[in-house]
Amino acid sequence: MAGHDSMRCGEFRTTYRADTTIFPTPWSRNFAILGVAVAATCPLFLEPYYLNLMIQIAYLGIAALGLNILVGFTGQISLGHSAFFGFGAFASAWLNNVWGIPVFFAIPLAGLWTTAVGMIVGIPAGRIKGLYLAIATLASQFILQDFFARAEWFTGGASGALAEPFSIFGYTFDTDKSFFYVALTYLIVAYVAGANLIRSRDGRAFVAVRDHYLSAEIMGVNLTKYRILSFGVSSFYAGVGGALFGHYLGFVSVEGFDILLSIQFLGMIIIGGLGSVMGALMGTAFMVLLPEVMEGLVSLMGSTDWGSAKWFVDGVPYMKEAAIGLAIVLFLIFEPDGLAHRWRLIKAYWKLYPFSY
Amino acid sequence: MSSDQGGGNILETRDITLRFGGVQALSNVFFEVKPGELFSIIGPNGAGKTSMLNCISGRYSPNEGQILFQGREITNMSPNDRADLGIGRTFQNLALFGHMSVLDNILVGRHHLIKNNFLTGSLYWLGGAQREELEHRRAVEDIIDFLEISHIRKATAGTLAYGLRKRVELARAVALRPKLILLDEPMAGMNLEEKEDMARYIVDLNEEWGMTVIMIEHDMGVVMDISHRVMVLDFGKKIAEGLPDEIMANPEVKTAYLGDDEDEDDGAEGGTGAESEQVA
Repeated sequence: MAGHDSMRCGEFRTTYRADTTIFPTPWSRNFAILGVAVAATCPLFLEPYYLNLMIQIAYLGIAALGLNILVGFTGQISLGHSAFFGFGAFASAWLNNVWGIPVFFAIPLAGLWTTAVGMIVGIPAGRIKGLYLAIATLASQFILQDFFARAEWFTGGASGALAEPFSIFGYTFDTDKSFFYVALTYLIVAYVAGANLIRSRDGRAFVAVRDHYLSAEIMGVNLTKYRILSFGVSSFYAGVGGALFGHYLGFVSVEGFDILLSIQFLGMIIIGGLGSVMGALMGTAFMVLLPEVMEGLVSLMGSTDWGSAKWFVDGVPYMKEAAIGLAIVLFLIFEPDGLAHRWRLIKAYWKLYPFSY
Repeated sequence: MSSDQGGGNILETRDITLRFGGVQALSNVFFEVKPGELFSIIGPNGAGKTSMLNCISGRYSPNEGQILFQGREITNMSPNDRADLGIGRTFQNLALFGHMSVLDNILVGRHHLIKNNFLTGSLYWLGGAQREELEHRRAVEDIIDFLEISHIRKATAGTLAYGLRKRVELARAVALRPKLILLDEPMAGMNLEEKEDMARYIVDLNEEWGMTVIMIEHDMGVVMDISHRVMVLDFGKKIAEGLPDEIMANPEVKTAYLGDDEDEDDGAEGGTGAESEQVA
């Protein structure tokens, strides 16, 4: 039981400042910095295909963090997250194309605009919870999807919208290699901001609303305000992630922001760990890389008798789809607290090794 | 202890009536609490004590009547606004934020005193949020020190033993820095030692921290020892109010607790202990 919330021997904190850091120990902080440094060297040796995967992890990870703030920290539910993601993509492209606002400013502005939309969608959350809220957000998913298809002035309708590549000071980030650094920067800023939010007043209020809303209210937390605010913050992250997605691909199509992507976002945070900032990133990486791992397994199987059999070759696409569903089910059964929790257990194991009791 | 309001009463309820459908939970309950008082509400199960507390803290709004806090009407104010005014409370059944650490639980109590918001909170180092968080951490540590829960400050609230959770809940309510604190059965389910500790905390809160206390409690020994004044409710009606000694001697109170049998009129003190319903 002493497990993961006990400190390493010899870890003494003498100030409150040292006790409120994002990373529990200097080592874990250094480890994270090292991780960022290693990631920053990736474009030097990774092929564009893998860089593309990492960029996907970055922009989806930002949006997933938003959903985790809403679902994992505030205890609400949204089945319409991909619509906000899409709205951010269109809004940023539109601000840039129609108003000529530089992409650098269009991205946060698109985030703010998505925040407004998200807060409107979140208004019912002040009143309803659980399954009812899920249905209400599902409705918003379809309303926004329909809006994308019809509002030609905004999205270009069926032909979609073109999005300029990200540029700053005249330098254009239009290759995988260069855009990788843009995505990485946004990712770090988003996750640091998210971690800060959670350790300050409003983040605590979110968690209080999740854990016991009646006593949160008695403690002075305005429930309606925080439920809607949570939708707003969540949509901001979704909008920024979507905007990055748009400017990366250079083209935003009205398809793709469907309920399936919303479910995948939920899958990411469930696998990563509800109510964990880093869990959102871990879950996103898992969801993005799982099909690749499956692909690798299939190609390994291809050299065997089994793998070349017709039923196997025909079944591969279905199995890849099913694997995602299976992963979510297995996580719910065996690791309901997600990858983040597993990671903490692993750390605790090494911290106490070899005396693990 | 300082009464800064002209009226002299920190809390006044006027003819509070609360109905749930056909059930009259409270009928015309009126009482006054003076600043610095330790006021207890007692009564048999289902007498309406918790309903009364819920009316004061804002969970229920009474069908009739008025509640005045420091001379200001709060009858229909939302619970979170009442927290801003300085009304804190604990719950009969534990209501901690189970997945948060004890520290974070108590820091939620400071919600209305902390000014940083989602924006400055996200920036943390830039908008002064860090400085503010650390200041409040210091204040919370004083409370942790006072309630002797420093050894569990990092523990997850939901994993604690019952007696400790009760103490954390008290700490969270104290963190609000309330002028009036409502305690709903602070000693239910505790052993003698824990009760003694809790009684000492309550008296200290009242005397040293200057908080006015309204307490519901079934342990008559504690109530009679530490209360300044006691009110008795029965079937939603106020049947007596006065000094502890007066209440002990009041024949109506004995009847309410023990029934009509005249033979058992020397059991007011001991008999009431059996009444305490322990909600474990």
